[in-house]
Amino acid sequence: MMTKIAFVRKKEIPPSAPPITEVGLIGWLRQNLFSSWLNSILTVLSVYFIVIILWDFIPWAYGGHWNTKSLRECLDLDPDVACFSVLTARWKQLLFGLYPAEEYWRPTLTFIFLLLAIVPILFPKFFRFFWFSIIYPGLAVWLLWGGSFWSISIVYIGLTLGALFFLTLIRRYLKNYMIAAIFAFLFTAVFFLFISNPLVGLLNVILPISLPFVESLKMGGFTLSLIVGVTGIVASFPIGILLALGRQSNLPVIKMICVGFIEFIRGVPLITLLFVASVLLNYFLPPGTNFDIVLRVVIMVTLFSAAYMAEVIRGGLAGLPLGQHEASASLGLTYWQSQRLIIMPQALKISIPGIVNTFIGLFKDTTLVSIISLRDPVGLASTIRADQKWNGIYWELYVAIGLMFFIFCWGMSQYSQYLERKLKTDK
Amino acid sequence: MSSPTLPPSESFKFSMLLSDTRYRGMSLQVITFIIFMAVFFWLVDNTIKNLALLDKDVSFNFLWLRAGYDINQRLIPYTSDSTHGMAALVGILNTLLVAFVGCIIATVLGLFVGILRLSKNWIVAKLMSAYIEGFRNVPILLWIVMVFALLTEFTPAPRAFKGAEPEATMLFFESIAITNRGTYFPAPVLAEGAYWLLLCFGLSIVASIYIIRYANKQKKVTGKSLPTFWISVAVIIFPTLILFFAMGQPVSLEYPYLKGFNFKDGIHLRNSFLALTLALAFYTSAFIAEIVRAGIMAVSKGQSEAAASLGLRPNKIMSLIILPQALRVIVPPLISNYLNLTKNSSLAIAVGYMDVRGTLGGITLNQTGRELESMLLLMGFYLAVSLLISSFINYFNRSFQIVVR
Repeated sequence: MMTKIAFVRKKEIPPSAPPITEVGLIGWLRQNLFSSWLNSILTVLSVYFIVIILWDFIPWAYGGHWNTKSLRECLDLDPDVACFSVLTARWKQLLFGLYPAEEYWRPTLTFIFLLLAIVPILFPKFFRFFWFSIIYPGLAVWLLWGGSFWSISIVYIGLTLGALFFLTLIRRYLKNYMIAAIFAFLFTAVFFLFISNPLVGLLNVILPISLPFVESLKMGGFTLSLIVGVTGIVASFPIGILLALGRQSNLPVIKMICVGFIEFIRGVPLITLLFVASVLLNYFLPPGTNFDIVLRVVIMVTLFSAAYMAEVIRGGLAGLPLGQHEASASLGLTYWQSQRLIIMPQALKISIPGIVNTFIGLFKDTTLVSIISLRDPVGLASTIRADQKWNGIYWELYVAIGLMFFIFCWGMSQYSQYLERKLKTDK
Repeated sequence: MSSPTLPPSESFKFSMLLSDTRYRGMSLQVITFIIFMAVFFWLVDNTIKNLALLDKDVSFNFLWLRAGYDINQRLIPYTSDSTHGMAALVGILNTLLVAFVGCIIATVLGLFVGILRLSKNWIVAKLMSAYIEGFRNVPILLWIVMVFALLTEFTPAPRAFKGAEPEATMLFFESIAITNRGTYFPAPVLAEGAYWLLLCFGLSIVASIYIIRYANKQKKVTGKSLPTFWISVAVIIFPTLILFFAMGQPVSLEYPYLKGFNFKDGIHLRNSFLALTLALAFYTSAFIAEIVRAGIMAVSKGQSEAAASLGLRPNKIMSLIILPQALRVIVPPLISNYLNLTKNSSLAIAVGYMDVRGTLGGITLNQTGRELESMLLLMGFYLAVSLLISSFINYFNRSFQIVVR
């Protein structure tokens, strides 16, 4: 006897819509903001906090005055809003310091060129423009300080001749790199000691190109921060790599010098080093020498961050398995070849976050030069506040300066995260 | 079987010093050493010549001369008649005070922010990352002057507290006054017998440590855990509390009060100290928060899942499995951030706080003209602190790192 089947569903039941509390805006709110009573309290507190901050800030900033002559005028108009007039009146000073006004195009151009010079380094797509990044430092020095074009380009000429001499020696006459390097070094030294000055004189007569000279104490504002910061970043990176290698080296004398240097620099605050640069350096140099204060500061900042950089890179080196060193040695690579091709690319990749943090730290530390009375933005802020017209102004200035630094530093950290993602080989 | 052939014996050539790997390292070191020593002696020679030109000598005798300047915040007795050495010591203590208080606040804030940054609550996580990015990407010097401005410009003057209907009132039952000259707290006054109270408090802390140890030992033997937290809290609080009332309340609070145009009595924290400490603490806490977050994320998820599958409760998983492993990652960078805070405290000059850089490296240096000696001592102090701390980090790493094979 057959069982009678009353009903068989032929089609699958369509899945019912998820409960409204689990998807969409409500679901998102429930999961992310009100998942438990503790979270709900936190959410309410946070929203309250944000609202009271914005409640005060937006009217303050939005209704701000931009075109008054002094703080007094601002307060007479409406004491409860921002007085951005100080920025309108002094923005040139904040950007350029005491740089002569008719020459403002020079730092501006230098900054635009800086952006162009960074592009080939940051984005490999544009690597064919790398030559610009190489000539940029000389160009920047010439544009900022002025003077004869040839006295800067002679450095490039000399170094190019030295490099050519080295390559010719290697290709034609000598096999040993070290001896060739020594000869090339001597050649370059002779060039700079005896030939360069007459050559510059000659070139100045034939083709005089020069800009009015601007002395270092005139540099200030963000121009100064960028000069110190960018030079420090560019110079501290290679020095840091060398120090890190020296610290890992199995040659005891070199290792000891590197360890001593790194530990000393890391042990003292940057301020004391800047004081050494401004007060004590004259003791250590031959009597009568007195070289540029900005250069001294740049050197100290560079050495300071090089020591930190060295430790970061050492961390990266320590993070590499020993097998990488051994494998590259067993392939017959020399020390420098294996560093260049095997070790450094991997070690640097691991240490990208640390390296960029050091760069950011260096850029922020440029504000400390205000303590040895150079006119960086923070130093200028107190100068501006000492002015009768703007006496008593705080937030407008500080917010503007802080925002500028924030944009630069935050940009750097975002780039480092992009680089980390791009270089990630293990998914 | 052939006998191994010896390499042909080469005669030593001078070029082998640079080309042969056996000698190259050695000759490189010798060259480096010679250059290093030459530079060193050149610097020393210059210094001697310069000092002779300026008719100066190197002597630390100035440390025993009368300083002649006042320091507005001091932890040890000091007057303008004290010596420069005492001034330096006052400065050192002021530096250490800022560093100590700053580190505590920074750790608490950093832990709080770092854990909340990992919260599943979207708005809280975003708010905390805004806090971290905001503090990390703006120079510390700017934060110090901003906090100082906040404390001096947006707080009422002491005279605002005056009158029948004052513009400003003291907080927490008339005990804390925040003014533009600093913040006034009630100060504890120790009457007779207060030392017994302190002794009792100290003893109960020791006792609670022993109780925790005993409980841990018991747990290892029997597997049962005692509610150690509540027991030790009770042990620390009750005996002292009972003694406090039994002895007729020997410790009382001395409240600050308005007299004339300023507050009297109580503990006066100057704005310079507050601004420096708070700014350093906020700034460092942003870094600590990132360290805490990285430390917690470094413990792989399998660890907490394995612990859960063993039947541990969430709070036990945190305290027994995750925290001990996260701490191993957290502690070394945490301590080096303490070191950074200490070094950054040398920015005290921006708000006029008299730390060691302000006394020894500031006024003493300018008054005596002993730049070389003062800077040497100053750097020596910072170096000593940092070497102490880094040797502690090394000790920690040695004793707590996972031993592989």
